Amino acid sequence: MSRSYDRALTVFSPDGHLFQVEYALEAVRRGTAAVGVRGKSCVVLGVEKKSALQLQDPRTVRKVAMLDDHICVAFAGLTADGRILIDKARVECQSHRLTVEDPVTVEYITKHVAGIQQKYTQSGGVRPFGISTLIVGFDPNDTVPHLFMTEPSGIYSAWKACAIGRASKTVREFLEKNYTENLDRELTIKLAVKSLLEVVQTGAKNIEISVMESYGVVRSLEQTEIEAIVSQIESEKEAEAERKRARLAATQAGQASMFASALSAAGTGAATPSQADASGATGEGSDVQ
Amino acid sequence: MECSFGITGKDYVLLASDMSAGRSILQFKSDENKIKELGPHLAMAYGGEPGDTNNFADYIERNMRLYHIRHHHALLPHAASSWIRRSLADSIRSRRPYSVNLLLAGFDTTDDTPHLYWIDYLGTKAVVPYAAHGMGMHVSLSTMDKYWHPNQDRRDGVDVLKKAIAEAQHRLSIKFTFNAIIIDKDGIHTVDLAAEDPIGKIEAEKAAKAEAEAAAAAAAAAPPAAAPEASAPVAAAA
Repeated sequence: MSRSYDRALTVFSPDGHLFQVEYALEAVRRGTAAVGVRGKSCVVLGVEKKSALQLQDPRTVRKVAMLDDHICVAFAGLTADGRILIDKARVECQSHRLTVEDPVTVEYITKHVAGIQQKYTQSGGVRPFGISTLIVGFDPNDTVPHLFMTEPSGIYSAWKACAIGRASKTVREFLEKNYTENLDRELTIKLAVKSLLEVVQTGAKNIEISVMESYGVVRSLEQTEIEAIVSQIESEKEAEAERKRARLAATQAGQASMFASALSAAGTGAATPSQADASGATGEGSDVQ
Repeated sequence: MECSFGITGKDYVLLASDMSAGRSILQFKSDENKIKELGPHLAMAYGGEPGDTNNFADYIERNMRLYHIRHHHALLPHAASSWIRRSLADSIRSRRPYSVNLLLAGFDTTDDTPHLYWIDYLGTKAVVPYAAHGMGMHVSLSTMDKYWHPNQDRRDGVDVLKKAIAEAQHRLSIKFTFNAIIIDKDGIHTVDLAAEDPIGKIEAEKAAKAEAEAAAAAAAAAPPAAAPEASAPVAAAA
């Protein structure tokens, strides 16, 4: 009868799980990857985008959306769910301005989005949002960039660099290994692209990058700019591999020479008795070689 | 006691409003801005019951912005006028209606045409080449009728506006101060009515801005060219 615990959403399983929420997380894990990286004075969102079909208009597929002048969002999971959540957030942004005459802060809107997501895990007749979001931006009258993540369960958290969606674990580990504090604009973008390349094999044409440089200044990079960054990264990787090969070859050569000298020393040692042994056994020394 | 004007021209639309705020014969304030920008090419001058006006204008402003963000382009003047009129028409049939009159001015960037709409609290909408609300309606419409002609250029438009304002100053016992804007293909600009040549002033500002941008672009392009020279001594030293 354990199957019946994932029928009605509001029912816990005996071991304390909400199965529908866990299935929503699974939907996120199957979604396209998205990363966010926070630099010194800018924040970058990078997303993996599915290549458009031959007859499709690629401009209609958007993975990074503006919530307000100063807030950007990327998501992983069910795109249709994302659209609904983004629309609710946009309404809240304007509603906040209308009621208190101030733009929302990044944390406020994140909390609101997470609040909506939580509501859909505790209400009857609904299912949770099958998306995780990365919300980035600047607070009004401030120069510090912010990066938040929300999950289907309604959890939200602040990050220096974060990845969601397909292979997010790999990307996050990559970010953990390569992130440094106070990155400048170029390095922030490069780290975002580099981490995405961990999961996006097809390279620049399936990557979309948005950079927020200060309050209300957002730019999504052109395809050519991303290609330039990707080729730069590739050439660096190539150089690194070359260096590694050279080092390997050097050590191998060193080892080989050591081996050879050791052998020749052994060979001369062995040659004396063989020469002394029998006249027909001269070929034995060369056989060992 | 209020007074606002709107005048269309060949490739622009002018909007002017008095800046007074008060009750009956008392004036509390003479620098209240009663023109609200609703988008990159859309603005309205509003008047009516104090409180209602600001509340309604904020509501319209936020909904226009929401549409812009949702659809990635702003509502065109004609569509905006329909939506605003409908809001007022719904409001008058509600339990607490807004008592707001407004002139909506916009520039349609898809076909480069200026638009002006006269809208009142009853939900009346009229498409007009020039218009007035408040006291201006009684004294200055004839002035605009006489001097306005289709396809006039900016300076002629500002002249008509100045004449209409002069008429209001001349005929009415209340002394108004006015602020004005002009909307064209480049967006919304403030018109300094006290200046000798307001249009010339705007053009000069525009030219200065373009020059500054060009200089900034040149400066941004320069560092890569200068960088090799700067790094050369370092390389030599290394």
